Amino acid sequence: MIFGVPLQALMGQLLVGLINGSFYALLSLGLAVIFGLLRVINFAHGAQYMLGAFIALLLLTVGGINYWFALILSPLIVGLLAAVVERTMLSRLYKLDHLYGLLFTFGLALAIEGTFRYFFGASGKPYAPPAQLTGAVNLGFMFLPIYRGWVVIASLIVCIGTWLMIEKTKLGAYLRAATENPTLVQSFGVNVPLLLTLTYALGAALAAFAGVLAAPVYQVSPLMGSNLIIVVFAVVVVGGMGSILGAIVTGYMLGVVEGLTKVFYPEASNIVIFVIMAIVLVLRPAGLFGKDA
Amino acid sequence: MRKFLMSTAAVGLTAMPALAEVSDNVVKIGILNDQSGVYADFGGKSSFEAAKMAVEDFGGKVLDAPIEVITADHQNKPDIASNIARQWYDTEQVDSIMELTSSSVGLAVQALSLEEKKITVNTGAATTELTGAQCSPYGFHWAYDTHALAVGTGGALVKEGGDSWYFLTADYAFGYSLEENTSNFVKSQGGTVVGSVRHPLATTDFSSFLLQAQASGAKVIGLANAGLDTQNAIKQASEFGITQGGQKLAALLFTISEVNGLGAEAAQGLNLTESFYWNRTPETAEFGKRFFERTGVMPNMVHAGTYSAVTAYLKAIEAAGTDETEAVAAKMHELPVQDVFAENGKVAANGRMISDVYLMEVKAPDQITEDWDYYNVLATIPGDEAYINPAESGCPLVK
Repeated sequence: MIFGVPLQALMGQLLVGLINGSFYALLSLGLAVIFGLLRVINFAHGAQYMLGAFIALLLLTVGGINYWFALILSPLIVGLLAAVVERTMLSRLYKLDHLYGLLFTFGLALAIEGTFRYFFGASGKPYAPPAQLTGAVNLGFMFLPIYRGWVVIASLIVCIGTWLMIEKTKLGAYLRAATENPTLVQSFGVNVPLLLTLTYALGAALAAFAGVLAAPVYQVSPLMGSNLIIVVFAVVVVGGMGSILGAIVTGYMLGVVEGLTKVFYPEASNIVIFVIMAIVLVLRPAGLFGKDA
Repeated sequence: MRKFLMSTAAVGLTAMPALAEVSDNVVKIGILNDQSGVYADFGGKSSFEAAKMAVEDFGGKVLDAPIEVITADHQNKPDIASNIARQWYDTEQVDSIMELTSSSVGLAVQALSLEEKKITVNTGAATTELTGAQCSPYGFHWAYDTHALAVGTGGALVKEGGDSWYFLTADYAFGYSLEENTSNFVKSQGGTVVGSVRHPLATTDFSSFLLQAQASGAKVIGLANAGLDTQNAIKQASEFGITQGGQKLAALLFTISEVNGLGAEAAQGLNLTESFYWNRTPETAEFGKRFFERTGVMPNMVHAGTYSAVTAYLKAIEAAGTDETEAVAAKMHELPVQDVFAENGKVAANGRMISDVYLMEVKAPDQITEDWDYYNVLATIPGDEAYINPAESGCPLVK
């Protein structure tokens, strides 16, 4: 027993926290990539996550395309849409204050969510988990749905893969260089606008990937993104704006903290992340992993 | 962002005596509810459509004056709702406001309407406070309330042997009210409540709370929440093997709109309470199909309740020979309510419209023979059992 909570129950809650942390990590990773390289605060991230889930649903119901293909196709489609948005609209705002990017993406999110609400209603639609991942295993201390275990593994692979790509590959080096000094990088013959478009598409595709992962767990609804996006922003701020590793580590960590809060003081579970954010901002304004600290 | 959808009801012709008096020569009804948030399917635009249907079925005119229905989105915010209500009364000649989903909004607009001396008919909010301590001579509550839900779903499960309960409660006024009503009822039937956990509104992940409920060993897990929250909790409960483990889920506020969103696969076997089911009698089916043609969804108790409320209001104006608030309210209290929604309804002194409610069970997918054919009606609970005895409601208007 720890503070009146049986150890076994606590283990279960830790694991559940880790599962939620997987979603936080994936989403905040996308946001951090976009902010780190484009300096755009992407408020459309929740809508892109929702789009990912809905496209998976539509692929299944209209096209008969199963979960595994949707897991690849849906992020590709959302990434492509994001690339179009970046090319035709968002790129015009880079020269202006950051606030314009924020307002634009916020408006975009409202428009996308409103459209889906019009066609699908607020209560949304269910999406069944793939047959290979249904059922659950008894771990002794808890009943772990196999699908949830898959969420943790899939998100870890994608997070680590993305981090390696940006930190360790040549493409990643171009990306990082382009944000430091775009003019200089362009003078070396690198197509910087294309890099930025790819980055925005990548961030959006990560959100869509999280959306497909979430579809069998949560109700696929137009509101699913807006319920999550504010928490994810807090995760990015705690991790340090633009810090990719920070976003990943903080995502998992805050998922666990939130899980524990749900056991000890459930009423505070939706504010605990913001309390931590406030403390971190006071002590380390650049975030836990921020460069300026 | 606030948008008004104006609609002038179809013109019909009814000959009425010329001495009838209608203020501004038009009877105007406002449907104020959530059209973009978590309760947009629960009531939403379909309630507006239900009100327009009621006006058309009434003939489009009352006492020779045309009837108009307007609507607005209150975004579940009592302050926005109050502003719209005030504007409607003061500058747009609205005579009555109806629907009012969400308890906080319902209480705020009912209090404002008492000041302005206007009639409200609440069909969307759940709290018994509307006809309890905060009741109003011009405020009416149709369709359902937390007490009826507790008696219906709570009573049925205790009777089946579900005598120990654990609650997952939405952390605001509505959740507390629903939990309290259900707890009291369960205890009065000899059951026990072993614990509860309060979760924030619009929680996406319920697994922590569900694990706690699972560990409690209670036979029934009562979901004292609504809308998307309930849907997510139910979906995740089956994922964590809670229903398979023998614990039963009680969705305390769940309508056919949410069942349709969740899908029969996940919702099957659920017990719930509604005061309307479209496929219960030939008359309700006829109404349901007409409604479906206009909205693309089948009506739940809020939609059918709104139809009934508008009809009752218009009948009261006709009987009173005027649309003056005092006279119409008196007639509403006096006249029986008989329509597709309520077979033998009556309005009590505290403003509560008392009619039968039904205990439902969601069918298994292989038993469903047509779209939206989701329920088995297990029991009819007479209105007098479902609702609080007006004398005990705490409403000062009941002598």
